[in-house]
Amino acid sequence: MTTQLVTFTLADRLCGIPVDQVQEVLPGRARTNVPLAPDDVAGLVNLRGQVVLSVDLRRRLGMPPLEDDQMMVVVFVGDETVSLLVDRIGDVLTVDDEQFEAPPQTLSDQLRAVIRGTYKLSDRLLLALDVDAAAS
Amino acid sequence: MDEMDEIVHEFLVESYENLDQLDQDLVALESDPSSRSLLSSIFRTVHTIKGTSGFLGFGNLERVSHIGESLLSELRDGKRSMDQPTADVLLALVDTLREILAKIEAGGGDDVDVAPMVERIAAVQAGTAEAAAPAPEPAPAPEPVAEAAAEPEPVAEPEAEPAAEPEPVTTVETVAEPTQSAPEPAVEPTPEPAPTAQPAPSTPGPGGAAPAVPSAPEPVAEAAVETHARNAADGSIRVDVDLLDTLMRQVGELVLVRNQIDRIAGTREDQETKRSAQRLSLIASELQEGVMRTRMQPIEHVWSKMPRVVRDLSRSLGRDVRIEMTGGDTELDRSLLEAVKDPLTHLVRNAVDHGIEDPERRRAAGKSSQGVVTLRAYHSNGQVVVEISDDGAGIDPARVGRTAVDKGLRTAAEVAAMSEPELLDLLFMAGFSTAAKVTNVSGRGVGMDVVRTNIESIGGSVDVESRVGAGTTWRMRIPLTLAIMPALTVTCGGTVYAIPQVSLLELVALGDQQGRIEHVGSAPVFRLRGVLLPLISLAEVLGLEPGDDRVIAVVEADDQRFGVIVDRVLNMEEIVVKAIASRLKQIGMYAGATVLGDGKVALILDLQAIARRVLTADAAGLARAHVRDVAQGAGTTEQMLVVGAGDRRVAIPLAAVTRLERIRADRIEQVGAREVLQYRGALLPLVRLDQLLGAVGGMASDELDVVVYTRGGRSIAMAVTEIVDIVEDDAQRRSDIDDQGLLGSTVLKDRVTELLDVRSAVQAADPGFFDDLDAGGLGELSDPDDATADHGASLAGAR
Repeated sequence: MTTQLVTFTLADRLCGIPVDQVQEVLPGRARTNVPLAPDDVAGLVNLRGQVVLSVDLRRRLGMPPLEDDQMMVVVFVGDETVSLLVDRIGDVLTVDDEQFEAPPQTLSDQLRAVIRGTYKLSDRLLLALDVDAAAS
Repeated sequence: MDEMDEIVHEFLVESYENLDQLDQDLVALESDPSSRSLLSSIFRTVHTIKGTSGFLGFGNLERVSHIGESLLSELRDGKRSMDQPTADVLLALVDTLREILAKIEAGGGDDVDVAPMVERIAAVQAGTAEAAAPAPEPAPAPEPVAEAAAEPEPVAEPEAEPAAEPEPVTTVETVAEPTQSAPEPAVEPTPEPAPTAQPAPSTPGPGGAAPAVPSAPEPVAEAAVETHARNAADGSIRVDVDLLDTLMRQVGELVLVRNQIDRIAGTREDQETKRSAQRLSLIASELQEGVMRTRMQPIEHVWSKMPRVVRDLSRSLGRDVRIEMTGGDTELDRSLLEAVKDPLTHLVRNAVDHGIEDPERRRAAGKSSQGVVTLRAYHSNGQVVVEISDDGAGIDPARVGRTAVDKGLRTAAEVAAMSEPELLDLLFMAGFSTAAKVTNVSGRGVGMDVVRTNIESIGGSVDVESRVGAGTTWRMRIPLTLAIMPALTVTCGGTVYAIPQVSLLELVALGDQQGRIEHVGSAPVFRLRGVLLPLISLAEVLGLEPGDDRVIAVVEADDQRFGVIVDRVLNMEEIVVKAIASRLKQIGMYAGATVLGDGKVALILDLQAIARRVLTADAAGLARAHVRDVAQGAGTTEQMLVVGAGDRRVAIPLAAVTRLERIRADRIEQVGAREVLQYRGALLPLVRLDQLLGAVGGMASDELDVVVYTRGGRSIAMAVTEIVDIVEDDAQRRSDIDDQGLLGSTVLKDRVTELLDVRSAVQAADPGFFDDLDAGGLGELSDPDDATADHGASLAGAR
């Protein structure tokens, strides 16, 4: 079994989410802040008339936020559409189930909650993100 | 197969509608048993279901509708009158039919045990039809058909008075006896006699006992139903609701683009662009209105079930209740109608169960033994108001207060400080139920709090008014539609927010008058035309930096009026409401979001939720202050209102102050030895503090400040020379003095200030003020010292 993943980077990490959960990838755009919202909520964006929640993945994973322009990966989570803020978009990679390994015990709880496991690529590790957990 | 499914689906939709109608018709028929048109309509409905179910192969459904039909035809033929057992069994039949339809809808076929229902109907039939078995309608009746058959035309001109003459039927009964074994098809006699009657009036009654043409009647009846249905359906079509929802969404998008283009056109010089933009704007508005109208349904759709609800319930409770409905053609958006259904049913049941009294008690109270529940719907201020009133016993606010105390929802002191509407509002608290006993009707844990939550979730509100002995009115206010609404856009901390217009009362620019924001405890207040308006700083609530220009948006939400301080007011515009992620809903500040003309997203404030979160904390603070007031200085500090009375300075515990007003002196009138003040349509007893305390320097001015004190629905006014300040009082620094109307003195802002004995001041204005309260068991205000005196007074009052 192989899976296609849309990959992107967060700081120096390479992450991926299944391609069939991704609606589109867009450059970041103006967001409306939501006061009192949880930390990782970056705000609301207008996506062709639809109001979409934007989640800052860096904050979600407990990394320092990036001030630069970020990219938006728009994903489906249940009936909702959510945009995830990431640093840079990478390629769509095809990975094999045999490359997969559950997250190591030493992983912090915060990360463990949103990471399904890792794919061992030849040159580096690819974190498989649990989209539903990351966006909610 | 798909085609079949579609047919079944249509059958279900139609049958459900018909059954709703049936409920209504049956209840109506019960009160007007002679109505032929109702009976025909009922008969037709059941007949249609029977016919179609046979065609679709639902055997059980056919069986049960068939037996129901034969009972109905007895009614129609005048062999039986509409009595209660008949009505009961027919209503039960409707329920059974519904149950079967539900089963079919769920894909389970019509595999429901219908035997009990069939037996029940048969039993009712046997009950009056003498021993003579179910007498499956006298097929022979139509016999004359034989004659008609010879001359086919008459069939074409049918129906005029289908059953104008019952005689033939009664006679038929006797005839029927011998042909007892006559089989099913016999059921449709009536459509037939009509045609025969026309061409051959000379053949009334049991002309020939010829065996009827068995197959003929069925199609005739069917045809009649068909034409009828078509009449009703002419000029309208069924449209899938999803399609309407999609259309509505797209119109929403169009409105957004329209707003955007409006904004762009506004910045251009080009006249042509401007004209086009205007035109687009007009068309978009009309289209929006049109699409919204397609989704509107008269509230009758929901009401139609209520007569049945009231009938069943009042019967089971042994009460006689009539339901009256006005304004049933008031229209509401479909989705809202759906959301209103349950709260409405609950309130109607509640009115019958808790509102209307038993017939004996009603008679004892001098009322008609029949109670009336009234449903009223009308438009008001862009909202639909739905009222559910009963003429029952009403709700006693004092009892509500006691219950709240018993249940630990409020303390006795808090309750004592509440006005009547506030007490009634306690009914909406979770965990509240005044029902003396739990019946199987209400008191099942679904309380008014659920009603309120449901109504508020669709942006509406609900409140209650009641007069003891005269009845209770529950009032729901519901927005016309959820999708698009007018809203005020404001900025706060550099971000734009939308405030729904329905909540908005007025705008007050603060400008240089920042100083006019005063504080009661930690809570900021604003004197709006003399009335203290609690304020909420939006920036503070949302944790933002406030800007410079400041405006108060005066709003009313959750039955409370308060001011929201924002930085700037932008615009009034139609906004399209977009749902927000559930994560953001949980914050409890936002009702949704919208896209503005410039493409930015703005959050819509949920004022109800904000009011509840922010204001209750302050109310609790005030209530705490009041408890301290009651404890008479046992606490360390409390808020004091400092007023001038002549040359003296007097402090009044702030918790005892309901309102500060500035009034014109000519509104004070003399009644006997007392002065009263015309105030909000009532007369308020007035006491002048300077005279009470024997201070020097009267009040000669045209205007004077009064402090209004309210407890348990009664109020008095204390006139003062000036209102000085609100300060914290340290109880340690008080000293007791013995003087008329004073409790002692204290040092406030480095000036000696006397503490007003509120109780004696109130009694100076209205000696009977505390009697009712004490008698009502809310005597927490009384000092231990004069408890005996009070007791005596209340006894006197009781006598």
